[in-house]
Amino acid sequence: MDSLIALLNNFIHDWPNLSLVIGLILLPLLPLIISVAMYVWWERKVIGWMHVRLGPNQVGPMGLAQAFADVFKLLFKEITVPEKASRFLFYLAPLLALTPAMAAWAVVPIGNRMAWSNANAGLLYLLAMTSLGVYGIILAGWASNSKYAFLGAMRSAAQVVSYEIAMGMALVSVLILCGSLNLSDIVNAQAGSKGLFEWFWLPLAPMFVIYFISGVAETNRAPFDVAEGESEIVAGFHVEYSGSAFAIFFLAEYANMILVAFLSSVLFLGGWLSPFQGWHLGPLSAPGWWWLFAKAFGMAFLFLWFRATFPRYRYDQIMRLGWKVFIPITIAWIFVAGCLAFFGGVTIGPGVNP
Amino acid sequence: MNRVVRYIKSLFLLELLQGLWVTGKYFVKPKYTMQYPMEKIPKSNRFRGLHALRRYPNGEERCIACKLCEAVCPALAITIDAAPRASDGQRRTTRYEIDLFKCIFCGFCEESCPVDSIVETDIHEYHFEKRGENILTKEKLLALGDRYEAQIAAARAQDAAYR
Repeated sequence: MDSLIALLNNFIHDWPNLSLVIGLILLPLLPLIISVAMYVWWERKVIGWMHVRLGPNQVGPMGLAQAFADVFKLLFKEITVPEKASRFLFYLAPLLALTPAMAAWAVVPIGNRMAWSNANAGLLYLLAMTSLGVYGIILAGWASNSKYAFLGAMRSAAQVVSYEIAMGMALVSVLILCGSLNLSDIVNAQAGSKGLFEWFWLPLAPMFVIYFISGVAETNRAPFDVAEGESEIVAGFHVEYSGSAFAIFFLAEYANMILVAFLSSVLFLGGWLSPFQGWHLGPLSAPGWWWLFAKAFGMAFLFLWFRATFPRYRYDQIMRLGWKVFIPITIAWIFVAGCLAFFGGVTIGPGVNP
Repeated sequence: MNRVVRYIKSLFLLELLQGLWVTGKYFVKPKYTMQYPMEKIPKSNRFRGLHALRRYPNGEERCIACKLCEAVCPALAITIDAAPRASDGQRRTTRYEIDLFKCIFCGFCEESCPVDSIVETDIHEYHFEKRGENILTKEKLLALGDRYEAQIAAARAQDAAYR
């Protein structure tokens, strides 16, 4: 209580500073929430087009307002809580799912040293945040006091834990090549004169694929969405959620997808660097945030493409892929990456000291 | 050998890429969705939709209560009562009802009618709001016939050579 009063006191005396902080927090969050809405619209459009349909086209021009209409519908709906649910955890779970998805954005650089936190342990922070998201899902499944929700939560937990390892190993190989945990350093290490062939996707090609597929599995997206397998466990962990609580889970899932798209662009596709860097093509060769956003858009599109293409994996196949395929390959490639780094097989951009 | 091929295929995600290629092609294909309320597919003049009872040009109703339609109706959707008309003693229906919930829109009533009285129009956009509205009474059927006579006559004329 005292600290709360102190905080209020601080706010009264120091409101310009605090408003600045709050503004800085909101600055990336509002575009993120809006881009989640647009991403949902784009997903429905893309999947529609791949099914030779048109997708939503009635609300607003080209159906652009559809996502907002859905959001407002969800916000005005009643939140029903199962009678025997653990109320506190039931309300806490969506927030636990959302917070890490948003907090992880603090270290994502959109330009050289242009991140909310240019933390030196950025990669570790990311690993921590992306793993925390699963607590929200587990708690949601457990607190609902429903068999389906519980099964979904268990599936999700086992899956996320399995793929976390392959994901971490893929990040270790990036780490070995560039020698820094700072995300800006990781991008700078991919600078050079040979355009997109300087980026880490080339020496770490299998790692790039594994990282992205693990990212798809981490975010519980198709074809790894057994956590909400409609045919057998209805909607999985969020079966008892409705209204804005469900909307928050939705928001967290899509924010995570966008995050994975951005991270794979930063770690393997040279972040804000131009694919024509060093080829002297004028503005085309100049680095800029637009390159990062274009790459992330491409990666985000892959999520939707996968969903429109692949049927859901069987559960034992997911486990087999995670443990018996990805982890051995990552371990082998860490060795390869070590050799590449040791014998100087990869040129590291200027300004990074491994 | 087969196992090796299969192993390579799965390791390099070849079949998954093939699948992505298929959906990628459909992504850019032109879509042929009909935007229904705004765009409509042309209908055949033989379309069998909502029923109607027709009249002669002089205003006399065609139906002579022969009950052939009632007899032929496979869904037993038609109910007819008949009596001599009070004004001139002609045989006319006092009740002519079609239950649209029973009707299967086979068109037998129209085929069996000797005076082209009961017809199926090409109207398929109709709805019921209350219980009982599914029963088309004689008044409703005659009103439908009056309202859409031009359309009905045109469709019949187009098809006349094949009847």
